[in-house]
This record gives sequence, C-alpha cells and structure tokens, in this order.
Amino acid sequence: MADFLYYRDDAPHEEPAVTLDGFLDQANASAVRIEAGEDARALLPHLERLRMIEVSFPTFKDGRGYSAAQILREAGYDGELRAQGDVLVDQIPFMRRCGFDSFSPETPVDPATLQASLDRYDQVYQRAADGAVPVWKLRHG
Amino acid sequence: MYRYDQYDQQIVDTRVEEFRDQVKRRLSGALTEDQFKPLRLMNGLYLQLHAYMLRVAVPYGTLDGRQMRMLAEIARKYDRGYGHFTTRQNIQYNWIKLADAPDILADLATVEMHAIQTSGNCIRNISSDQFAGAAADEIADPRPWAELLRQWSTFHPEFSYLPRKFKICVIASDEDRAAMRLHDIGIQLVVRDGQIGAKVFAGGGMGRTPMIAPEINDFVAIADLLSYVEAALRVYNRHGRRDNIYKARIKILVNDLGAEEYARQVDEEFAGMKARDIDPPAAEFDRIAAFFAPPAFDADAPDTIDRSDPDFAVWLDQNVRAHKQPGYAIATISLKPVGGIPGDASAEQMDVVADLAERYSLDEVRVTHSQNLVLPHVRKADLYTVWQALRDAGLAEANLDLISDIIACPGLDYCSLANARSIPVAQKIAQRFADLDRQRELGELKLKISGCINACGHHHAGHIGILGVDRKGTENYQLLLGGSGAEDVSLAKITGPGFDEDGVVDAIEKVTNVYLGARQDDERFVDTYRRLGMEPFKEAIYG
Repeated sequence: MADFLYYRDDAPHEEPAVTLDGFLDQANASAVRIEAGEDARALLPHLERLRMIEVSFPTFKDGRGYSAAQILREAGYDGELRAQGDVLVDQIPFMRRCGFDSFSPETPVDPATLQASLDRYDQVYQRAADGAVPVWKLRHG
Repeated sequence: MYRYDQYDQQIVDTRVEEFRDQVKRRLSGALTEDQFKPLRLMNGLYLQLHAYMLRVAVPYGTLDGRQMRMLAEIARKYDRGYGHFTTRQNIQYNWIKLADAPDILADLATVEMHAIQTSGNCIRNISSDQFAGAAADEIADPRPWAELLRQWSTFHPEFSYLPRKFKICVIASDEDRAAMRLHDIGIQLVVRDGQIGAKVFAGGGMGRTPMIAPEINDFVAIADLLSYVEAALRVYNRHGRRDNIYKARIKILVNDLGAEEYARQVDEEFAGMKARDIDPPAAEFDRIAAFFAPPAFDADAPDTIDRSDPDFAVWLDQNVRAHKQPGYAIATISLKPVGGIPGDASAEQMDVVADLAERYSLDEVRVTHSQNLVLPHVRKADLYTVWQALRDAGLAEANLDLISDIIACPGLDYCSLANARSIPVAQKIAQRFADLDRQRELGELKLKISGCINACGHHHAGHIGILGVDRKGTENYQLLLGGSGAEDVSLAKITGPGFDEDGVVDAIEKVTNVYLGARQDDERFVDTYRRLGMEPFKEAIYG
C-alpha cells in the first residue's frame, strides 16, 4: 500500500469514496472523492452525512484542492479531509493549514523530512483553516 | 521604512534554514531536478542558460543604505561583481552557484531581505510607485498597504500553487509611474468621504495576450482589503485555466467572464470572507504606517538650486522631479549609460548609491520598474554634490524617460526562454541616439524591448516597443508603436514585417523623424502617433 498519513484522533473511515455524481445520487453514501475541477460547494448541503472527503491532486501544480479544502472547512465540515495524488512532502504543511488531515500521496514521503517540514515554522502571517494565530494577532492581542 | 519585528525576522530566518535543507536534499540526490524545481522557484532561483539566477525581492522597490550595501557585497562575493535591477523593482544575480544560494539568503536575512516568492505560481513581490512618500501628487504613502499585502501573501497556504504567477501593484496618485493597470491586480488609493480606500483593477498583464485591467471595485476600505483580495484570489485559483500555460493568467479569466461577472463572483466570495477574521485590526495598519511616517525633513532647507554648471543643469532638468517637501527633490539615477546593459549596476556603483542614500537621501533608495534607481529625499542644496558623486561613478546619465532610457529583458544572452537578444539591440539604439541634445529634442519616448513573446521587457507598453522573435533560426525584431504603461495606458500595435538588428534601429530612426516633422506644440511622440495613427509611420518605414 502506498503511504497513508493520518492526523486525526478517530479511526480512518473505511467506506470507499464514490464520485461526486455518484454521491449526489446515493442518499446513504458517506465518503466522496472530488476531482480537481469539481465544485466543492456542491457538497455543502450534504456535510452532515459526510465522514470522508478525498480531494484529488492530479499534479502537484494543480492548487485548486487547497481552495476546496478551505471552502469545506469554512462551511463547518469536520470529518476526514484527504489529499490524494501528486502530493509532495514540501506541500503537506500548506495542505495541513488549509484543513487537510489525511494524505494519500502517490510517491512515498520520507517521514523525517515531513516531520521537520511540519515543525519548521512557528509563525504564520494569515488566517487559514488550521486556526493558527497570525502574527498580527500576536502583535495586538 | 518598514523594520522587521521578532516575528518577521523569525519567518525569514526559518525560510533560510528550510531552503538550506532543500538544497542539501537536491545536492545529495534525494530530490530530482523535477522535484526541486518548484521549491527553488518559490525562492527565486532559476536555472538559466549558463548558471543559476537568483532574484532577490525588494518589497515595493524600497531599500536603505545598509541593504543596498549588502546587495553590493553579494554581487562581489557570490557573483561577478554586478547585479541587474528588474522591471519588478527586484534585483537579479546571473551567475550563482546552487551550493551558495542558502548562504546568500542567510546574508540577506541579516538586513531584513529575502527571495521569498520572487518566482513560481504564487503572489509575487508587491510593486509600487518609486516616488512613494516623496511625490507631490500622492494622496497617501501607498507602501503601508503594500506591506500589509506582503505579509498576508507570504507563504499563503491557499495561494501558493495558483494557475500562474500573480502580480499586485499599489499606487496612490493619478499619475501612474508603476504600470499599475498592467498587473494581475492593480490598486489605486482614492479618497471617499474623507476615508482612503482602494480602487481595484483586475486582469491586466503583458505576455503574449496583453490586457489592460478593468476596474472591479471603486472603493474597498482598508478594513476589508485583505478579505477582498483573498476573495479575488480564490475565484482565480478555482476558475483560472490550468489546461494551457499561455491562458492561465487571471487576465484570461477576467476577459472570458467579463469584468462585471468576475467582480460579481468576487463579491459573492467576499460576502463569506468577513466571518473569517482575515483582516488585521486598525492598530496593525497603524503600526505599519508609522514606519512610513514622513522622515525628518529639514524645514529650513533652501529652495533654490545653483544651476551654473551646464552639465549639472541638464541632469537637473532631465532626472530630477518635484518633491512634496519644500527644499527637497527626487533624483533618479539612470542605469542606462550609452553602451551599457539596462538595469545593470556594479558592486562599486551600488556602494556609491548606498553612501549617497545615507548621507543625502534620509537613508532611502528606490528601484523603478524602468530599471533605474531613485534617491527620493535629496535636499536641493545637496543636488550638485550628489550629481558630482554620481558622475564620478558613471551614474549621471541625464536620460530619464528619453529614448535611451530603455527597458530591456535579459534576452538570449541570459534567458532560457528568449528567442532573440535584447541587450545588443538596446545598446545599438542608445548608440544611434547617443547625442543627448538629439534625445532631448525627441522628448519623452519610452522604448521597451522584449526578447520573446513573454514580454518581460514590456514591449506592449512602449511608446516604441520591440519584440524579438526567432524567424527560421535567425533573430528578427518586430516594431510596435503607441503603447503606454502610465495613466494613459494603451497597448502598442505592430507596424508590419520585422527587421534584423540594424534594420530595426533604422526603422526607429525613421519613425522618430516622422514625429519630428509632424508634431504640434508640445506633443510627445506617443501623442503625435495617437493623433496621426499608424499610416504615416508605416509609410516611412516600408513605403
């Protein structure tokens, strides 16, 4: 099995993800995969029944999934949010900030490099879905 | 000037260590060049024809003497003794060794500088008016707004893998000295009901499909600025094209949707943004703005200038502009000597500029998008001394905004994308028009040269533009007329078939002769072109 990285306290959701169209047709599905070009907002009416949303990264350059994750978290989704595909180790910290909490990268990630990368920055300049406190807030309380 | 606090310094220092680690992984082979490329690009490191090129950010084009001296030191220590100031108000070093790059960044961090996001498909260095804080016509200093945007955009997790690069510009006067409407987002500060806010334009740019940014919002308050820009970026990140690199800039999205529809989508996105607490409190803007409070001007500075040295008087008339403070002036240092490379400065010249800034310009230097430098706050009484020092350093060319004040991209001499050389053409044009009296007779004439269709040399925005192309293996130069990057923004049009290197210089001479014969009153070249249209110029070149 390829790498699987998981940053949640609950157990990983086992039900296989269906396509967005499949999900919208099936009232009982609880896991969905959205492709890079698909509109994450189509899921917003159904967040209650969702346990896992997988967002596809067809190439590392395709950054649409970062916005998809932000939109889902801003809408209050708190289930598993998985980044799958061409996910590079140096991208995972930004993905964490946007709300991803599990990763299924196509190429294996070196755990030591990843940990160093996640631990590196103590400060951030802006709000994101991870709730990190931006420096302007630290400056002014 | 803005100064880092512990947080800013910590972030930049951490970046140095991060990049050191990435370079180490590349050198050890743990990263392939393909994997390393997006990482180094996010830090301004390009693999060019002969070596690595490092682009260092000069936020909104503002430097102090200590920073300029460090740029000189880097040129000496790690490059071949010079650097190249760019149309994005940055500086590039063309002969960098990969293994040295982390040490260079560490040196830069000691003077509160970095190379963060100077390339890659992310939000680039925020550009601004080089006369900010000095210009008589500004409604406020635009740099606090630019600094707020700099911090917000630094390592923005959602917008680091955009469809394409993203350039933002902030100005604060009706006269546009920064090509604001040729940016992905252009902001002009305006006053409404006694409050300063941002008039926002989106979707401008050059490249192979040049576009002038349309207005998308007539007033965004400072309290909403970051959430509004975040909304604008989110619409672009989600819907900008990713299937074709040449159609991926925001200008294509805005053009395809129409400005009104794009603005509507941004408004819709913005409506949800306010709840996210993205915008810092007024106290943060005030904290930043305090760094840009007017410097300690000498209230008794005499307002007269001794013009008795005729060479000095020529430079004064050409390169010096009005300052808002009586007794002061803004002096532009031309980096366009005849026969030189536009934008290049030697380490020794940078040191001279650093000294002059410290002694005579309240410790400030600016970089312009026209690839010149500026001493923004010079006492009129010191101008002659400053000019003498510049002259001794080969920096007193009196050609600001004249035909030899050429913008040119690095071209095929350095760049791996170029189809043709730019620098030799710029040199030949400058030599043909070397006589300064002749240049002054021609008046304001903005000439811009790009060595390929990507338009880094801004040829679309030139009163006269030159585009180098490859025609069946030989360099060929197309001539364009009638562009402008200023408040009278317009896109230049191609005259017709291209020329070889000498042919395009001849053609330029012909179009300037048409202008000299036809101009009325105090028309500039571009005014005469706009009045007459292309025909008489075409007739003179091809007829």
